[in-house]
Amino acid sequence: MIKKFNRRKFLVYGSATFGTSLLLKACANDETTTTTSATNASSPTATGASGGGDTIRVGILHSLSGTMAISEQSVVDAEQLAIEEINNAGGVLGKRIEAIVEDGASNWDTFREKATKLIDQDRVVAVFGCWTSASRKNVLPVFEQKDHMLWYPVQYEGQECSRNIFYTGAAPNQQIEPSVDWLLQNKGTDFFLVGSDYVFPRTANTIIKAQVAEKGGRVLGEDYLPLGNTEVTPIITKIRQALPNGGVIYNTLNGDSNVAFFKQLQGAGLTPDRYPSMSVSIAEEEVRAIGADYLEGHYAAWNYFQTVETPENQRFVQAFRQKYGQDRVTNDPMEAAYIAVYLWKQAVEKAGTAEDLAKVRAAAYGQTLNAPEGTVTMQPNHHISKVVRIGQVRNDGMFEIVNSTDSAVEPIPWNQFVKETKGYACDWSDPNKGGRFKAA
Amino acid sequence: MLIGLFDGLFNGISIGAVLLIAALGLAIVFGLMGVINLAHGELMMLGAYTTFVVQNAFRQFGEPFFEIYIFFALIAAFFVTAGVGLILERGVIRYLYGRPLETLLATWGVSLILQQFVRSVNWVLVIGLAVFCVLFFGGLWILNHRQNRAFHKWAIAALLPLSLGIAIAVGRFLADTYQLAVTRPWFGAQNVDVSAPTWLRGGLPLGNFQLPYARLFIIALTIVCVAGLYYFLQRSPWGLRIRAVTQNRSMSSCLGIPTQKVDALTFALGSGLAGVAGCAISYLGSVGPNTGQNYIVDTFMVVVVGGVGKLVGTIVAALAIGTVNYLVGSGTLAILFTPIQPLADFFTFFATTSMAKVMVFALIIAFLQVRPGGIFPQKGRTVDA
Amino acid sequence: MDAVSRIGARGKRQAFWIEAAIVGAIALFLIIVMPVVLSNFRLNLLGRFLSLAIVALGIDLIWGYTGLLSLGHGIFFALGGYAISMHIKLEDADGGLPDFMSLYGGTELPWFWEPFYSFPFATFAVVTIPALLAGVLGYLVFRNRIKGVYFSILTQAATIVFFNFFNGQQKLFNGTNGLTNFQTLLGASVNTQSTQFVFYSLTIILLVGAYALCRWLTSGRFGRLLMAIRDDESRVRFSGYNPTEFKVLVFAVSGALAGIAGAMYTLQSGSVSPRLMDVAFSIEMVIWVAIGGRGTLVGAILGALLVNYARSFLSEQFAEIWLFFQGALFLIVVTVLPDGIVGWLKSQGIQSLRGRKQAFTYPSLEEDPEIQQERQELETKSSE
Repeated sequence: MIKKFNRRKFLVYGSATFGTSLLLKACANDETTTTTSATNASSPTATGASGGGDTIRVGILHSLSGTMAISEQSVVDAEQLAIEEINNAGGVLGKRIEAIVEDGASNWDTFREKATKLIDQDRVVAVFGCWTSASRKNVLPVFEQKDHMLWYPVQYEGQECSRNIFYTGAAPNQQIEPSVDWLLQNKGTDFFLVGSDYVFPRTANTIIKAQVAEKGGRVLGEDYLPLGNTEVTPIITKIRQALPNGGVIYNTLNGDSNVAFFKQLQGAGLTPDRYPSMSVSIAEEEVRAIGADYLEGHYAAWNYFQTVETPENQRFVQAFRQKYGQDRVTNDPMEAAYIAVYLWKQAVEKAGTAEDLAKVRAAAYGQTLNAPEGTVTMQPNHHISKVVRIGQVRNDGMFEIVNSTDSAVEPIPWNQFVKETKGYACDWSDPNKGGRFKAA
Repeated sequence: MLIGLFDGLFNGISIGAVLLIAALGLAIVFGLMGVINLAHGELMMLGAYTTFVVQNAFRQFGEPFFEIYIFFALIAAFFVTAGVGLILERGVIRYLYGRPLETLLATWGVSLILQQFVRSVNWVLVIGLAVFCVLFFGGLWILNHRQNRAFHKWAIAALLPLSLGIAIAVGRFLADTYQLAVTRPWFGAQNVDVSAPTWLRGGLPLGNFQLPYARLFIIALTIVCVAGLYYFLQRSPWGLRIRAVTQNRSMSSCLGIPTQKVDALTFALGSGLAGVAGCAISYLGSVGPNTGQNYIVDTFMVVVVGGVGKLVGTIVAALAIGTVNYLVGSGTLAILFTPIQPLADFFTFFATTSMAKVMVFALIIAFLQVRPGGIFPQKGRTVDA
Repeated sequence: MDAVSRIGARGKRQAFWIEAAIVGAIALFLIIVMPVVLSNFRLNLLGRFLSLAIVALGIDLIWGYTGLLSLGHGIFFALGGYAISMHIKLEDADGGLPDFMSLYGGTELPWFWEPFYSFPFATFAVVTIPALLAGVLGYLVFRNRIKGVYFSILTQAATIVFFNFFNGQQKLFNGTNGLTNFQTLLGASVNTQSTQFVFYSLTIILLVGAYALCRWLTSGRFGRLLMAIRDDESRVRFSGYNPTEFKVLVFAVSGALAGIAGAMYTLQSGSVSPRLMDVAFSIEMVIWVAIGGRGTLVGAILGALLVNYARSFLSEQFAEIWLFFQGALFLIVVTVLPDGIVGWLKSQGIQSLRGRKQAFTYPSLEEDPEIQQERQELETKSSE
């Protein structure tokens, strides 16, 4: 009995002293917590002397695992190629670039977590990353709260213009809209819209519907496939019902579904001569994965094809193949990721600093670069002006460029066909205008 | 109207055939052995990758041979996945009989490993793995054949890190000396292209629409598989043993049936069928690390609705689910109900591919309310598994 | 006899207070010390993992104690997250439409968004919507005595259905992107350190609450019944109980816990999307419990923390290995460590530490807390 009593007593006293000591410690430390958090919140980059010494740290944030790894892996390859080239040529401001690669794992939450980690923990000065709109939308608040910088390399649906993101892919008016115009002029006025079930296809299709209606065409149906679904028979039936005598299929499918769609489209006898399709997510890599046999004759709209004939492109393709193997191909998002690194480097050099993001941002406006796709310019609305091209798939899996604009097209992030955003524009170089203002 | 009906029927059957061929192996493994194999989809994926490899091999032989590669691919896919299934059964699953939930978790783990395996498999990984297996299992074999058992446990404990270390060192060495030649992934994270031979492309024109050859081929293949399976189970001596073990394991064992062999055989058979299915679906959809994931839940639904242990149930369920999926998803039902406005609106809401899935699931739940055991429930007192 | 039972009762009470003190001390430690030691990023990570531990408790309750393996807890988790985020989005919109709706052509607020203007309703919904859904789903399934793997497969299919539904409804739930970009909750900015600290502390309090609830549920008669259902459902039925009611109830409780966890997770991660209803995520939840040790509440919490830290660490170091590692975890846990870490410690580790070995007749009996309790009581009795 006595033994037990003692034990209980010991426990009571012990826990009491433990508790008070904790409280005391907490009180003593409370101030330090608030101060550290205050500095963290106010200027993450001022304290974030990244990497120190002779390196500059940047982050690379893409999915290396999961469904999106299919596309994002090669973008990482392109970004690392650019960084390696810059380092071999002497680095930025005399410092080497050190890339910290994080895996977003095709999971938007992970993207967010890793973005926070890159900024707070690794103190990078810029992040190159994201592919899907969902991942971008999820990291956007992080970059805005911490007033940091993301370079986003993929064509997207627009309707966004963040101060903290530079978009080096196409805005809708640099890809979707010109391609719809081209289709209306050359291929017919009856449209069927097919897309994956997520935000890009749905927004893109909203734009296309408005545009087609305005220009006298008709959208006779639309359908969405869940991501990864490979059973497209119902959609093919719908296309045949909606367009019994042929018409244009506008395809915003993403990933695996594309493969199923084109394989089964051919099987059902919807050939490109009667049912030409325009795709905005099929580039050289995807053609290879689907098989050129199934795609020959269909169209795609991009700013860059591997077949673009510029000296910069020849050099880019050659350098890429040398590093990653002769059988690899380059495509639009890879090129956009590649030039993103170079545009960032130019901005840093003009600003004379990599850490002061406000200066880097201001220096970025107006930067021009002789990119593989042609000359591009970073606009004050954080998008770049670029040439629009339409290519037709050849039997060797490359694109025959059938149409390209004479000069670079200015980016318009807020769409002018959708009534909610009609008349709005974006200009970050002028503090009075900002991300969304009513243009005169 | 008639042509529409025919169209609906054909498309329903062709979707059902895909489901059926994918679910067939599962029905055997799950129905006859009670094993939930969540790696079934990944076995299909392996089958599809095998098709890819065979296709590339035949491409080098040139035109006339390329046209018939598909038959070799089917056979290769069957044996490759059956082999993997055999390893899986001997290595993991046989320790888990009678614990279905544990099997479920273990096979899910296997599926993750297989997915990552095809993504990052390269010469370094393969050689490293081979070195490890030779060292570790060779060491184990020697240990087990020694009389002296004094240091047995410690020897195993030392063997594992030792062989792991050597394997990793060999891999490192290879990667450093041969660089890209050995570190480049065989397949990579990207999808790979499997092209059907020319005679499988296009379709049989029939009035207004055409029957895709690939679909016809899959339907034919499914029929062959079902028939072959039926023949094997009902007419062959091993089929008899499998059925016996399914009905009463301990009694079969008493009568001298080698139940372990039967288990291994059944699992290998189911896995092999998954490989055949993988070969078939590579002509419809994508071939990539995630291919299997797209099918796994659908195929399980087929087995659950069909009822366990009856092939007929699986067949009927696959066709029914396929047809319903098609009718709802393509909007045919919505058109059919045009006169009755509210019903038409209701079906129009579900007439997209993603909403059709929601609808089909709701129907399955409703169906299970009426017949919890599936279409053809197992009879007898042993239902309480 | 009387003395024995009195001592037994006192021993129980004593054990209770000791446990309460330990739990309280750990909670205080987490609330007070951790914010000092960890950077903000790590603290946020810990907060999120702790909220995942709540859902792990819920899964342990139905799987470890009742033997129902649900592969669909992501649904309830996500629903909790959606409920609280809908309120935040409405508060941010300040009487207007949430930002995504106006962008994608929505003109008026859908009817079911209306009640979420009120914060009390939203918090109420965090618990009740998942609980109700779990209850209904559970009733439909259990009523027909569908159980075991069938139940697991059906819940897995349910995740796909919900994923498709939420993913497809761009105008109602912002589709794939989910609800992000939270600004204020009850007038306080969501993203400041102090608010996040409140969320963190609240998570710990809720976790303690959830632990207490599960402890209470599993220790009494109800808990014994759950275990009886797990071990032999037919026999429970023959003894005059209706297992369906208990299963539905416990499934609903588990769903509610998942909802709470989802809400806290969402508040700390800053977004909710259909990805939370991913099939893989729901299965992952199960592995947390399995690793920690099913049938032990501490194990569930530990497992959730351990696995998530392992993932965070491994995917930071070597992204490619994570899937291999995760796959291996599944295999190890079912083949080598069927009782999880805590279960193993209980049955093997502690015994070998004490240096004595007990002959086991029935391993599953040994991990039974009831029997442990009895043995302890016997020991205290003999020491007197």
